Amino acid sequence: MPQTLNYLRETASQTAGPYVHIGLAPGAAGFEIFETELGGDIAGPNAAGERIRVEGTVFDGTGAPVKDVLIEVWQANAAGIHASPEDPRHAEVEDGFRGWGRVISDFDTGAFTIETVRPGPVMGRNGRMMAPHLSLWIVARGINIGLSTRMYFGDEEEANAADPVLNLVENPARRPTLIATRKNSDGAPVYRFDIRLQGDAETVFFDV
Amino acid sequence: MTTTEFFQRDRTLHPPALTPGYKTSVKRSPQHALLSLQTSMSEITGPRFGHGDIGPLDNDLILNFAKDGEPVGERIIVHGRVLDESGRPVPGTLVEFWQANAGGRYRHRKDTYLAPIDPNFGGCGRTLTDAEGYYHFRTVKPGAYPWRNWVNNWRPAHIHFSIFGTGFVQRLITQMYFEGDPLIPHCPILAAIPDPEALDGLIAPLDMNASIPLDSLAYKFDIVLRGRRSTLFENRLEGN
Repeated sequence: MPQTLNYLRETASQTAGPYVHIGLAPGAAGFEIFETELGGDIAGPNAAGERIRVEGTVFDGTGAPVKDVLIEVWQANAAGIHASPEDPRHAEVEDGFRGWGRVISDFDTGAFTIETVRPGPVMGRNGRMMAPHLSLWIVARGINIGLSTRMYFGDEEEANAADPVLNLVENPARRPTLIATRKNSDGAPVYRFDIRLQGDAETVFFDV
Repeated sequence: MTTTEFFQRDRTLHPPALTPGYKTSVKRSPQHALLSLQTSMSEITGPRFGHGDIGPLDNDLILNFAKDGEPVGERIIVHGRVLDESGRPVPGTLVEFWQANAGGRYRHRKDTYLAPIDPNFGGCGRTLTDAEGYYHFRTVKPGAYPWRNWVNNWRPAHIHFSIFGTGFVQRLITQMYFEGDPLIPHCPILAAIPDPEALDGLIAPLDMNASIPLDSLAYKFDIVLRGRRSTLFENRLEGN
């Protein structure tokens, strides 16, 4: 018998359930308990760059909106830097920029809104630049393990065409599931980004 | 800080997306294969939290919503460590938890179960692990409750956990169950986990040594997040 590797094994995931708000967004569950709820402000007051809004809905395989979803956002700042010690340039991030936040869908309509700043391009593997994107993590009742995806920006056509991750999606017809559509041409940009858990135009989800 | 990647996630330990016994998963489960991505800076980084983010009572569910008394129920301490797959502690990471009250009722506008709300119990808390990866909190043991899946499904008593780690791809939400709960083998959400050892890993044993005589019982729940490669020969993320 060879030696034993003795690695531990990752704890199994379980669904966040219908009452995820109690733990992660108690105000939405209907009560005040913490001095500060976490994740309400992704970019903070001092972030450089263009303020943007993303509007969307998560749909299930029947086409119905998912009204109890929670989405976490993780992103770089406008200069493409993450507020995390693994990023060699993290000290340059604006004071108060966390680049992380959480949004929930409206209990009646399923609509969600993300308010943040447009991230800059981030260096990808092997020196290939990645187009600006938000990393998203989606949990809800009925989702057994959080779903990872990205949101790219429809008005970054050139950068998207060269993006190494979008180009990994073998069927080009599925790439638009990762790209938000700009809704307005003037004023602060508003994007539309719907997420489809299943069915026609199912969103591309990642094993990362 | 050396930028290193994470071990590949072993998805055989986790419930698959589609688990028909848990009916809501049927139309909320992607059917395409997940697209495997080698991680980049967007994945190996993740948010950090500090003591300024949380309050002094956030890890005490007996006191953090107490109005005119303390919540009803069996007083318990839940404690354990957050480790990675290499067995290294994950220090300073945010652990969040939420649960039903002792009667099995959630303080949530969408929960209509007939068991009463406890006026002194909110049912959520959060804490940061210490330098050795330890966390602890105090609460009352949650009750079992019925839910609409099959005609007569009951959730075993459980506490929901949300854990961050250091990279966004370590993000994990799970549920902790209690040793000896006879509802455990009947639960379709637990049965979604294909690996019996992985399922056992969600069941916290009674820990008499950590209990406080004449006050509180204790349960121990360790959490393992994905491991991070140590740098022997670096697989350079950023190219040459």
